Amino acid sequence: MNFELTEEQIALRDAARKFAREVIAPVAAKYDRTGEFPYEVISKGFELGLMNLTVPAEYGGLGLSKVDQVLVVEELAAGCVGIATSMGANDLALLPILIGGTPEQKERFVRPFTEKLRFASFCLTEPGAGSDAAGLSTTAVRDGDHYVLNGTKMWITNGGVAEQYTVFATVDKARGHKGITCFVVEGRPEGLGVGKPEDKLGQRASNTVQLTFDNVRVPVENRIGEEGDGWRIAMATLDQSRPMTAAFAVGVGRAAMEHAIAYAKERKQFGQPIANFQAIQFMLADMATELHAARLLTLEAAWLTDAGKRSTLVSSHAKRFAADTAMKVCTDAVQIFGGYGYSKEYPVEKLFRDAKLIQIYEGTSQIQRLVIARELLRG
Amino acid sequence: MKILCGVKRVEDPDQKIKVNPDGSWIALDGINYKPNPYDEIAVEEALRLKEAHGSGEVVVVSIGGEESVTEMRHAMAMGADRGILVKVSERVDSDAAARLLAKVVEREKPDLVILGRQAVDSDQGQTGQLLAEYLGWGQATFAAKFESLESEEEKAKKPGLQVQDGKVRVIREIDGGLEVLDVELPAVVTTELRLNHPRYASLPGIMKAKKKPVEELTPADLGVDVTPKVKIRKLSSPPERKAGIKVPDVATLVEKLRNEAKVI
Ligand SMILES: Cc1cc2nc3c(=O)[nH]c(=O)nc-3n(C[C@H](O)[C@H](O)[C@H](O)COP(=O)(O)OP(=O)(O)OC[C@H]3O[C@@H](n4cnc5c(N)ncnc54)[C@H](O)[C@@H]3O)c2cc1C
Repeated sequence: MNFELTEEQIALRDAARKFAREVIAPVAAKYDRTGEFPYEVISKGFELGLMNLTVPAEYGGLGLSKVDQVLVVEELAAGCVGIATSMGANDLALLPILIGGTPEQKERFVRPFTEKLRFASFCLTEPGAGSDAAGLSTTAVRDGDHYVLNGTKMWITNGGVAEQYTVFATVDKARGHKGITCFVVEGRPEGLGVGKPEDKLGQRASNTVQLTFDNVRVPVENRIGEEGDGWRIAMATLDQSRPMTAAFAVGVGRAAMEHAIAYAKERKQFGQPIANFQAIQFMLADMATELHAARLLTLEAAWLTDAGKRSTLVSSHAKRFAADTAMKVCTDAVQIFGGYGYSKEYPVEKLFRDAKLIQIYEGTSQIQRLVIARELLRG
Repeated sequence: MKILCGVKRVEDPDQKIKVNPDGSWIALDGINYKPNPYDEIAVEEALRLKEAHGSGEVVVVSIGGEESVTEMRHAMAMGADRGILVKVSERVDSDAAARLLAKVVEREKPDLVILGRQAVDSDQGQTGQLLAEYLGWGQATFAAKFESLESEEEKAKKPGLQVQDGKVRVIREIDGGLEVLDVELPAVVTTELRLNHPRYASLPGIMKAKKKPVEELTPADLGVDVTPKVKIRKLSSPPERKAGIKVPDVATLVEKLRNEAKVI
């Protein structure tokens, strides 16, 4: 067992850290306030290779390992997890194609994202199917050499700026999850409606919209895998993407802890820095321990994926624990800041709002526990 | 156009530095290192010149231990083509560094050498000048640019040094203004902070850098005796600043400035 990062991993991490500190963090509050899409920052990040991290070299990507990816993503998230979410959304949307697509489809649907800044969205959730994603009801009906899609997708990250959508729909609702099929919708075809950006509590820099599909025609060549393969592809995607989401959580939690440490040393009450009080020290100590544990779980989940091993259990451990830890750390950071923590003049209330989302998207903390329990009770 | 740049591994100045109790050196436990910021500017300038000329080679040189390869890899991730490590086990003084670099220059025969105006570790600021002297080359120190670092020229990554007709035109920052020098090539130029904003190392750049060659040389290979001419006798921390005081009114302030501080 070896916990040492390679020299190259350190260089990748440090490059992301520098970018997060010097380019992302200074504008994080602005985008949080305006809810504008941070196109300029993201395009700088794209130029530096900070997107589409795990796209294999044969399709024009960097071909980083998942371990490399989580090291980089933690840094970006420490700068602003809303911006990191929008930067990471392509990785999520392209994964189903990398997992279930043919080489020709990967060439057509993945490579263009490495050549120019473009966005793709992962479209699973619906108004009536969130945690129960298998209960989705967007339909895909075969019509000659096309499928016709009808339905609504909800909470789609980058949906308003995307040029490509990875959509899960059912070819036969009666078949339950065995009817779910994965499609790539290119551009803005007729019948695709894009809603207004949601006015969110946190991660306000990321774009989130509702999509409506009204007789949207998709060529058969855009079906990923066979009819009915969609559920397996979606679950494999989430197994592989959860470490990234866990890294978002570790990043935002670390940012909150760093602010809390600096503030505790600075703020004086009863004639001394509040960092002298054991009650404050213990909060900081717990933050550090729990974030460290969350990071190790995240790295293990990423490592399992790299090793080609089944990662479902550890990925859910990592996602659940990191998300809940980030929320706790941010809550305590607000506490350490006292009244100032409750003010928009100080940075931690944003982190507190941002962290909350990580307990919800990519499977809520409850759903992660469900997955974990199912793994434990299996067989 | 072939350009040689120095890249020194230095203690990160943005951290608390403590002096060893015996005053021999600073405490190195848990210290972070980074490339000398002036050297990053030198590398950036070299890359811009190479890009502007459409061809050429940027070679980075570091004098130090094996660890200095990390800082050279950073320069190579920015875009430098290869590295040369002059491996030494002890710190060398500016004069020895200049003599080592002179020998590297003789082997490499670059058209231009760009160094930082100083390294931010011991702030000697002599290596560039000594090197030019040993080589018998022209030199221009403290290279800056006319335009501000927020200008469009800087955003377009235009070089501040202008190479033409066997000369390099250097805008020098001097007391109270700027001076323009034309120096015949080959020459030694040292960089001021206001020359450029160095680029970030990109992730593809980092991946490529690991495959770029690094040659290792020793002072013996170069025939240079690095026995220091300058001996550091003792380091000490600056005295702690006393806490300030509050005065009730302007009259007291003037009185204290006159009689206690004796500044007016
Ligand atoms: C900002 C944002 C961005 C998003 N981005 C995307 C995206 O890009 N693509 C995409 O497809 N989706 C996306 N989502 C959707 C997200 O994954 C879902 O919101 C999430 O899966 C929860 O679904 P839901 O909101 O319908 O909540 P529900 O499923 O209605 O859950 C409500 C509550 O009930 C709990 N609950 C539900 N079922 C159970 C159970 N069986 N046992 C115990 N508790 C249960 C949940 O944990 C939760 O606390 C995004 C969501 C948000 C808010």
